[in-house]
Amino acid sequence: MKEIIEIKDLHRTFRVGSEDVHALDGITFTIYEGEFVSIMGTSGSGKSTLLNILGCLDTPTSGEYIINGISVNLLNKNQLSTLRNRQIGFVFQNYNLLARTTALDNVQLPLMYNHEVSAKERRERAVAALEAVKLADRMNHMPNQLSGGQQQRVAIARALVNDPVIILADEATGNLDTRTSYEIMTLFQDLHSKGKTIAFVTHEPDIATFTTRTIKLRDGHVVLDEKIDQQSAAVALAEYEKNIQNTAI
Amino acid sequence: MNILNLVKIAITALLRNKGRSFLTMLGIIIGIASVIMMVSLGRSSTQNVRGEFSSMGSNMIMIMPARQMRGGVNMGNSSSKSLDMKDLKSLENNTKYVAHVSPTVGSSAQLVFGANNHPGSLTGVAPCYIDIRKYEMAEGIMFTEEHLKRYAKVCVIGQTVVENLFTNGEDPVGQTIRCGSVPMKVIGVLASKGGNGMGQDQDDIVLVPYTTIQTRFASANGRTSFNMLFASATREEDSELAATEITYILRSNHGIKEGQEDDFDIRTQEEILTAMSSVTKVLTMLLTAIAAISLIVGGIGIMNIMYVTVTERTKEIGLRMAIGAKSKDVLLQFLSESVILSLIGGLIGIIFGVLLSYVLLSLVLHWPMVISQGAIGISFLVCAATGVFFGWYPAKKAANLDPIVALRYE
Ligand SMILES: Nc1ncnc2c1ncn2[C@@H]1O[C@H](COP(=O)(O)OP(=O)(O)OP(=O)(O)O)[C@@H](O)[C@H]1O
Ligand SMILES: [Mg+2]
Repeated sequence: MKEIIEIKDLHRTFRVGSEDVHALDGITFTIYEGEFVSIMGTSGSGKSTLLNILGCLDTPTSGEYIINGISVNLLNKNQLSTLRNRQIGFVFQNYNLLARTTALDNVQLPLMYNHEVSAKERRERAVAALEAVKLADRMNHMPNQLSGGQQQRVAIARALVNDPVIILADEATGNLDTRTSYEIMTLFQDLHSKGKTIAFVTHEPDIATFTTRTIKLRDGHVVLDEKIDQQSAAVALAEYEKNIQNTAI
Repeated sequence: MNILNLVKIAITALLRNKGRSFLTMLGIIIGIASVIMMVSLGRSSTQNVRGEFSSMGSNMIMIMPARQMRGGVNMGNSSSKSLDMKDLKSLENNTKYVAHVSPTVGSSAQLVFGANNHPGSLTGVAPCYIDIRKYEMAEGIMFTEEHLKRYAKVCVIGQTVVENLFTNGEDPVGQTIRCGSVPMKVIGVLASKGGNGMGQDQDDIVLVPYTTIQTRFASANGRTSFNMLFASATREEDSELAATEITYILRSNHGIKEGQEDDFDIRTQEEILTAMSSVTKVLTMLLTAIAAISLIVGGIGIMNIMYVTVTERTKEIGLRMAIGAKSKDVLLQFLSESVILSLIGGLIGIIFGVLLSYVLLSLVLHWPMVISQGAIGISFLVCAATGVFFGWYPAKKAANLDPIVALRYE
């Protein structure tokens, strides 16, 4: 299997006042193509710090990071920007859509920074990405005309549009209720089944069961890294709705 | 990100805050409009002065007795009697570049016709005076050498005099008016010439043979000297040569030795005009500088609002960087916003400036409408430069943001 992400002995140290905070303290793992990895851990364990480095938004203090065969340590700022633009799709907890900008324009945004994509192709790919998240009918809606779940799906479409080698999600269901979380996880599972590689930060254990592998952090160390039996989010959603109906009766 | 998209994003962003964008532009609008107006005003006034002044005469050269100084006290030029008949004759006969020469001898007298009277300034001149000063005859004739020889009691009057004396619409030509105690026959009327650019009415004039003034008017009685000599050069280009020639002749007439100063002043029309325009020039420059300061204030307004915009949109900047915008892309995005802001402001300013110049010059002052294309072009460039200069630091601040920090910004 092809390695998408390889990190070796990764350290990230923040200097706060006169003290060093070791947010990441020697992390090593590999993510292969087609994996759906959940990154777990208590608050402050270093999940976001790790994801920022995987997303090339931040650089490690030491250690090696190779994404899709490219050694990130050797790249300058502009090259990192291009790398993010071509290889990575981000999904944030708070969606981060541009206000007063249509869903379609939001999804097109990453391709605006890619000179190789023409205006026509940009639009076509954005429409296709919105279709993939089942929001083709909301293309011209503004974020404030969409529900939280729909906004997150627009954000996922934006993460898909550049056909990245990996999708990085930081607490992508953190702002959503259980039902909508399951819907979003169903969508992620759908993308995963189509071959997408996904790294998904969460601190909710039941969300993690929808992935194929869990990496658990504590104080900047990997304390657990195991393959798990993937549960179906669609089934969980159906059961959840049944329970709701039962309690309603 | 290509230019077209940058411009689109910038305009969208500006339209989202229409009121704020407009208020920001206001500084630039006022600045540019006043620069355009000041430049137009300056140019127009120069043209106006030039136009009126050139009506004073053709290739005219004025010669007057030098102011005489005694112990540092200016005695005025009336106390010197350095220009006389001999000078006049030698200038008439011994010059090559001088077309006409006429002396002037002034006297003032109350003009009376019927029940009307008007304080008149009588100017004793030679017939060629009207050619030198570009007067046209409206009616009748100018007096001749013949009248000059006979000390004839004839005069040629200007329109202002006509208006004041002949209030019942009588034909002035052929009438006799009284100048002080001397009855004079009006033989001609001058066409109107208006002001001369120095606030003098060129139509309030009574031209009389200079010999008549010298002999028949008490105030000038017995005087053989002239107040001034007016000459005209054969061609405009020859004005300097003519002036040199005149200087040479007068110096030798007056027996002035080499190294000694002239006892007369000689001015060509061009020299006087240059001296007059230089005042307007300085004034225009001063006003334009003040207007330019308001442009700087406008620029500071843009800078201020761009800082606000960058802070407001920190999260957006973080997101754009996360999905692949380079620092350069962010820099250009905000720079294009400030440049577009100031260019639109400039455009509106230019329109207002031209409009206001038109109202002021054409409708209020009745001066020639001069719109300087140079000023418009430069205004446009200055606006672009203002946008870049004052937008640079805010845009740089945006471009230097750390995407992680920016994304977390609330
Ligand atoms: N910019 C920073 N400066 C200083 N310390 C930082 C910075 N970013 C993170 N840290 C520290 O690094 C550690 C890991 O933070 P991180 O945000 O990765 O935790 P997390 O696992 O994402 O927590 P949560 O689940 O609450 O989001 C924390 O102790 C945090 O205080
Ligand atoms: Mg976190």
